[in-house]
Amino acid sequence: MASVRLDGVEKVYPNGHVAARGLDIDVADGEFMVLVGPSGCGKSTALRMIAGLETPTAGRVLIGDRDVTALPPQERDIAMVFQSYALYPHMTVRENLAFGLRMRGAARPAIAERVEAVARPLGLDAVLDRKPGQLSGGQRQRVALGRAMVRDPKVFLFDEPLSNLDAKLRVETRAELARLHRRLRATIVYVTHDQEEALTLGSRVTVMRDGVVEQVGPPMEVYRRPASVFVAGFVGSPAMNFLQGDLVAVFGGDAQRGPVTLGIRPHDLVLTPADNADLIARVDVVEPRGSELLVHLRLGADGQGQEIRVVAPPEPMPPVDSVVGLHADRQRLHWFDTTTGKRIE
Amino acid sequence: MSRARWGTVAIVLLVLGSGFPLYWAIVSSFTPEARLYGTPSLIPRVLVLDHYRALFTQREFWVPIRNSLIVAGSTTGFCVLVGGLCAYALARLRFRGKAPLLGLILAVSVFPQISVVSPLYLLLRRLHLINTYPGLILPYLTFAMPLTVWLLVGFFRQLPAELEEAAMVDGASRLRTIREIVWPLAIPGLAATAILTFVYSWNEFLFALSFTLGPERQTVPVAIALFRGQYQVPWGQILAAAVVATAPVALLVLAFQRRIVQGLTAGAVKG
Ligand SMILES: Nc1ncnc2c1ncn2[C@@H]1O[C@H](COP(=O)(O)OP(=O)(O)OP(=O)(O)O)[C@@H](O)[C@H]1O
Ligand SMILES: [Mg+2]
Repeated sequence: MASVRLDGVEKVYPNGHVAARGLDIDVADGEFMVLVGPSGCGKSTALRMIAGLETPTAGRVLIGDRDVTALPPQERDIAMVFQSYALYPHMTVRENLAFGLRMRGAARPAIAERVEAVARPLGLDAVLDRKPGQLSGGQRQRVALGRAMVRDPKVFLFDEPLSNLDAKLRVETRAELARLHRRLRATIVYVTHDQEEALTLGSRVTVMRDGVVEQVGPPMEVYRRPASVFVAGFVGSPAMNFLQGDLVAVFGGDAQRGPVTLGIRPHDLVLTPADNADLIARVDVVEPRGSELLVHLRLGADGQGQEIRVVAPPEPMPPVDSVVGLHADRQRLHWFDTTTGKRIE
Repeated sequence: MSRARWGTVAIVLLVLGSGFPLYWAIVSSFTPEARLYGTPSLIPRVLVLDHYRALFTQREFWVPIRNSLIVAGSTTGFCVLVGGLCAYALARLRFRGKAPLLGLILAVSVFPQISVVSPLYLLLRRLHLINTYPGLILPYLTFAMPLTVWLLVGFFRQLPAELEEAAMVDGASRLRTIREIVWPLAIPGLAATAILTFVYSWNEFLFALSFTLGPERQTVPVAIALFRGQYQVPWGQILAAAVVATAPVALLVLAFQRRIVQGLTAGAVKG
């Protein structure tokens, strides 16, 4: 296992599109690093540059202490799971799993042994002689994982490996991946656009936007102290509420520094009786979500103001069109400079 | 009538339209020479092997067949091997001037053949290649190769690039990736292209006529064309020769039928 470092990496595609501008990402040995961000922000590009499938326009890529910027993928000793899985369609599962070992010149008996050892815990021993076309989506995904695991690479790279699975299978596989990481103590760089996946899996999370790193940190820190409006709005579900400009005065506090944005997570707002509340709002839509309610409100007694989302306990269910008060936990407010979008402490 | 009925009628017409000449040629090739000029009848009454016997005893028709097999086979082999690698490079590698290069290749393949016959003749004579196998194979390559490359570029482009990337991450070199991943997946496309090239070279007439001198190097179409004597046309033998000449191509197509259809449609959707 080894560490991975992107050092001032830029990537300009031949058509002029800039997919990475000065990326600095440090992944420690044995760390599970998640790259997360909206579609098109350059996550796959970053991953592919680590793999050697794209060449950076500027900057360096290091694996361990070795500068691999100019090395082709074959010489980087990495394993990668593609979003499409990229299973070899003309080979059986066994041959798919064995391919990497065979290319690196392992001995036949050793390959067979290793393939069996990897296939068993993944539940693939019954389908070893089938072709990928005859497998279910979940099985294909596990073959893709298995193909990465048979070798003992320096780094594992995952590009949205769970995005083709249904919700249940996704949660199961997520736990499987966490276990895998603990067992192998592997260095993993994992790309996803799903912030929940990022929070649950990562030792650390890198939030990207338009080819730049917005914030790096442990999941709970990114969640509790988002460094910018963008991160605050991207991480956490349902998404954070933002109040701008003159609304700031309602809560008082130290908001004298020009235009500010106030962020409040739907979980940090409490519905109260209308009198004596921080804010007044009218109930618009109530969505029961089993253990809790997601209440959509509009600010103001007339219900004409901005939309606000609140997560409330399932009982009592507030009637639609009723006027309610909102109370916010002062400790859980997030202040941002509206012009720069940066967090204010 | 319903749509399905119309469809059936169309298929029947198509089969009759394209099948009848073939049927007629086959029947006539087994009909004695004297009867060929009599009243035509759909169902043959007398069938003889005379024309075929004459073909291989009097005419030594196996010589042009051998020539055609050698010329068309070599052209196809070269085209698929070299053209395949070229097409792969054009489809996958990044380099400058790729688009103009592809345009140039297409331009070459639509060049009117007749316009290059005389310059090619002079060139081949200078190289002492008139009336030799290379003297036919090389000119065929100039026309067949661009077609092959063009078809295969389209085919390679629609193979998912991630498979090759996965192989390279797994430690396979570029050539190893081509052998282990690209080649097996490309077989339908290669087979379709190979057959098109083979048929083209097998049927080619103009170059074959211009660049050969005697029967020892003439190909099948040229040999058939030269059957007609000064005073008579031996229709029976010509038709027998046509049947013999069609057989290898037809067998080839039947053998690879499923793969060709796959290959042609795969190439047709994208690229
Ligand atoms: N080969 C390419 N040529 C030109 N532009 C490209 C190329 N590949 C990607 N891009 C562009 O670069 C940007 C980043 O692409 P990338 O695939 O890294 O995004 P991503 O973060 O992985 O998105 P997603 O979540 O949708 O997979 C996108 O705007 C994309 O259109
Ligand atoms: Mg991507």
